[in-house]
Parts: sequence; structure tokens; C-alpha cells
Amino acid sequence: MILALVARNSWRHKLRSGLTILGMVVAILAFGLLQTVVSAWYAGADAASDTRLITRNAISLVFPMPISYEQKIRGIEGVRQVAVANWFGAIYKEPKNFCPQFAMSENYLDLYPEFLIDEAGRDAFKHDRKGCIIGRKLANQYGFNIGDTITLKGTIFPGEWNFNVAAIYEGKKKNTDTSQFFFHWSYLNETVKVRYPRRADQVGVFVAETVDADRMASIALAIDNQFKNSAAETLSETEKAFQLGFVSMTGTIVVAIKLVSYVVIFIIMAVMANTMAMTARERTAEYATLKALGFSPIFVSALIFGESLMLALFGGVLGIAGSFPVAAAFGRKMGTMFPVFNISAETVTLQILCALTVGVLAAIVPARRAATVRIVEGLRAVA
Amino acid sequence: MEASSLADRKQTALIQLRNVTKSYRRGAQNVPVLAGISFDIKDGEFLALMGPSGSGKSTLLNLIAGIDHVDGGELIIGGVDIGQLGEAELAEWRAHHVGFIFQFYNLMPVLTAVENVELPLLLTSLSRRERRQRAETALALVGLSDRMDHTPNELSGGQQQRVAIARALISDPSLIVADEPTGDLDRESAEDILRLLQRLNRELGKTIIMVTHDARAADHAQAVMHLEKGELSARVENP
Repeated sequence: MILALVARNSWRHKLRSGLTILGMVVAILAFGLLQTVVSAWYAGADAASDTRLITRNAISLVFPMPISYEQKIRGIEGVRQVAVANWFGAIYKEPKNFCPQFAMSENYLDLYPEFLIDEAGRDAFKHDRKGCIIGRKLANQYGFNIGDTITLKGTIFPGEWNFNVAAIYEGKKKNTDTSQFFFHWSYLNETVKVRYPRRADQVGVFVAETVDADRMASIALAIDNQFKNSAAETLSETEKAFQLGFVSMTGTIVVAIKLVSYVVIFIIMAVMANTMAMTARERTAEYATLKALGFSPIFVSALIFGESLMLALFGGVLGIAGSFPVAAAFGRKMGTMFPVFNISAETVTLQILCALTVGVLAAIVPARRAATVRIVEGLRAVA
Repeated sequence: MEASSLADRKQTALIQLRNVTKSYRRGAQNVPVLAGISFDIKDGEFLALMGPSGSGKSTLLNLIAGIDHVDGGELIIGGVDIGQLGEAELAEWRAHHVGFIFQFYNLMPVLTAVENVELPLLLTSLSRRERRQRAETALALVGLSDRMDHTPNELSGGQQQRVAIARALISDPSLIVADEPTGDLDRESAEDILRLLQRLNRELGKTIIMVTHDARAADHAQAVMHLEKGELSARVENP
């Protein structure tokens, strides 16, 4: 009956409760969405391998390194294999159609087992100089199919570039980025040799797979020492650190988004506290009656906490449920801007915790007031 | 209860007030309400408290009901000096020994009649079924068997007060305090409620203390105690 009392009290003022729940739904949904945006920012770092090292030019990522480094890196103890990649940065039809494109060495995908490609696809790619492998998300976004020809407009490497879709890769995990576009580095290099000879035989990054995740630091140091005092000194770091380097460039935006997500929760907490304060004030005489009948102040407080938690959790659950379709729609709208845009278990846990916190904090003051008001004063109170 | 045992009980004082004082603070001022009042109320008595506004009758009722504390003196009910009890002990004492009837019924609007009556039994160890059976019996006693599943706003004022009386009875208290129980009712409903209180007093031996402004209501009590400026001015036995 106590639960019935709490539940029925929660719906006593349908409009007020409805609006409070609606506010809670919007707040939890917005919180979840903003947290997912933050997670999406870190998706690359989260999906990074423990055994992959990225070596780039020490001055900046935009400066290339000679392809000859590949053999030297391969010779360093602890390095199992080395692949090369170049950021291509071309446009598909319009500048807004962004997707990450990489010219890669033949063995590049061997280092990325999280990209699932069937044998036929690998074979088709291997035998087509202009072949490309694209991720499922990218294929779905633009309707690309195997066998299609994609024309990209180069920005770093000007001119029109034609590619044939040889394979579409799937992600091994939910957080695998399937918005990328890969093609043969040899195709790029051969074309560059003809069009811009001075830029030939150069690569953007080397990806080294190491034999031991615990030796990453020493192997990275060994690689960088190898090229010390050369024309293109290197900076080697774990893939995670490399990805976080990109995130840190936009660190302020991430902080701002996080801050806004918690401001949203703070606002709904104020709204909820106001609702509970009004509710408890109107029921002062009822709480006094309960106390007169022998119920303890703790029982009265528990009724208020229960009601507050019920409203907060009901709104919270609806908000969480709504987060999934809204995030899916948002992710689709953002396209390849956020390669991975999934609501994580951590975000859902945070949403539940926020709803609980709002429910508890909003009830503290009215519960305390109801528990401490003298019975004779409470009985005189007029709603 | 047998007539002989009722008669025996009526010889003993259930409530003893000895030089009870009570005052309230109003801003910086201390306003005395009860100025050293002393009297006894016998077990099984139906007493009406009358007096002008501010005479202290509601304050006296609140003290006897254990919802307010005496400033000085002794207030002994059933052998227990309730002035010495802490908040938790007092709450437990109220739950077992006092039934409340308020002017505006003070029912929980979201609960049905039977649930309202059942409410005080949540403080007992009775099972859900036992609680419900007792609540139904109490409602039957006040003539509301056919209104059990109605919420207070679906009941008339008189019916709501009957539900409140059933709630006051449910834990079988020795003392029932009623603060203007007919103050919000029409004449006919008021008469029904007063007759019901008389029945509870006569047939179940409940000690009832009723605050009222209405002399006709007070006529239903066995005795009327008049208060004036915080002092007992007269006690009149009704025929």
C-alpha cells in the first residue's frame, strides 16, 4: 500500500507530473546524446590497438617521410611488421562529403584485424590497381556497391582520381570505424611520380605492429633514435596516444560539450526540486496527519524521496529509451563526421545515475522540511 | 465488553493532568495558553471541551493526544507520563493508544476508504489480509460497507468523517480525540457522527475527548468542561 500511496501521489497533479517527467526525458536524452558525442570524439582512441605504433614526422603530421624508413623500422627489434599510409584528403562530389581516405601498403589491413573483409574482396582488391576497400557505413551513406567506380577530387593531390570498389569491410566490434576508404599506396605513388615527381616515394605515417604491448615505449624510442639527426626525424607513439593527439586539438570543444551535458542535468534538478517543494508544501497537513497517526518522520521523508525517485526514474527510463533512436538518427545525419556513434553502456549507466541523483537531491529539502515540521503546525497548514 | 468491567474501568482515571502549563512564542513574546491546569478524565468517559477561541481547548487536546509537548507539570495517560517520552516513543504511544478525528477528516485523497482505514495498521505486524479484514470490519461498524473502494472525493462530508472514525478505531485505542468533528458538517450529518461517537463510547468503552464550539454537539457528551483563558472554569455533567 505504501508503493500505491507513492505511485498515486506521483500522478496526483497530472499536468505538473507530466511536465516534470517530460523535462526529465528531454534532459536525460540530451545528456545521453551529448555524452555520446564526447564518446564519439574518443572512439578512435578507444578502438586503438595496444600493439600498434604510429610513426610520423616529428615536426608535424603534414610533413612526409621517405618510404625508405620502412625497411629500417622493420629491422628494429620488437617490430613484427610495418605498413605505410598516406592521408589522401579528397572530396566526393562536394566538400561536405567528408570521409577518411588512406593510400596504404599491401599489408596494411593485416595490421587491422578489426576490419573484416572476405577473401574474394581481398583478392579483387589485390588484382585491381585502382581498387579500393570501403567501410560499410560509408557504403551505406552514399549507396556504394562492389564494382562501382568512385571519382574523388584530390585536394592534397590535385586532380580527378577514379577508384573501383573491390570490397566493403565490416567492423569486428561495434566501435570499429567503418567509414574509411582505402586504396593502393602504389597507385598514388605511381601517379604522383608522373604528376608531382618531387612528392614521390614519401609517406605520411608508418604503422608498426610490435611483438609485445609492454615494450611499446622502448620500441618507439628505438625507432625515433634510428632517425635522429636525419632530414625527417620521427615521432613514434602508441596508436591510442596518436588518436588522443587529434582529440586534444579539439579538447576545449569536448570540455564544453561535457559541461553543457551536466548543466542540462543541473537545470532539470532545479525544476524537479521545485516540483517536489510545491508537492510537499501542499501536503504538509497530510504528512502531519501521518505523523499524528504514529508514522515516523523517516517514513514521511521516504514517501517524498519515493515520489521524487519515481518521477525521476520514470523520466530517466523514457529518456534512455528515447536516446537510442535519437542517437541513431543523429549518427546518420552526421554521416562520417562521427564514424562511431553508439550509446555505450557507460553512457546508459551515467544516465541512470543522473536520474537517481536528480531524484534524491530534489527531495532532500522538502523531505527534511516535512520530517521536521511540528505536527500541530502541519495540521494547521492549508494547501 | 461486559457492563460490569466497563463500570469498574470508569472508576479509574485514564488521564491525569497535574499543573500542566503550555505557552507559545509569538515573535519575541511568550504567550501563555494553559496556566497550570489540573484535572482527571476517567476511563470510558465522553468529555466535551468548550470555550471561546484562544481559551486553550485545542492546545489541551493536542497535549492529551501527544502531538504537542507540555512545558511544565505532569500529563499521565494510562499510567505513562507522556511528557517524559521522546519523539519516537511518543509516536509509538500514539499509534497504540490514540485515535484521531479531525474537523476536516484529514484522509489521504489518493487512497480509497478501506485503504485509509487500513493505514494505521501498517505500523503493526499484521499481514496484508488481516489488515484488510480489520479495515472492512471497521468500515462496516460505521455503516460504510458499500463505500469501501471510494476515494474521499467520492464521499460526502459525513461519510468522510465516518471513514476517519473507522481509521481512529482500527488500532483499538483506549482514547479517541476529536477536534471539532462536526464543524464541517450539516446538522443531519453532524447528528449521525455524534450518535456514532456515543455508540463507540457506550458500546466499546472508548474514552472520547471532543473539542467543540457547538453546544448541541457537547450535549452528546457525558460531561462538558469549559475553559477560559487557559484555565478550567467549569465542569458540567450532562443528564
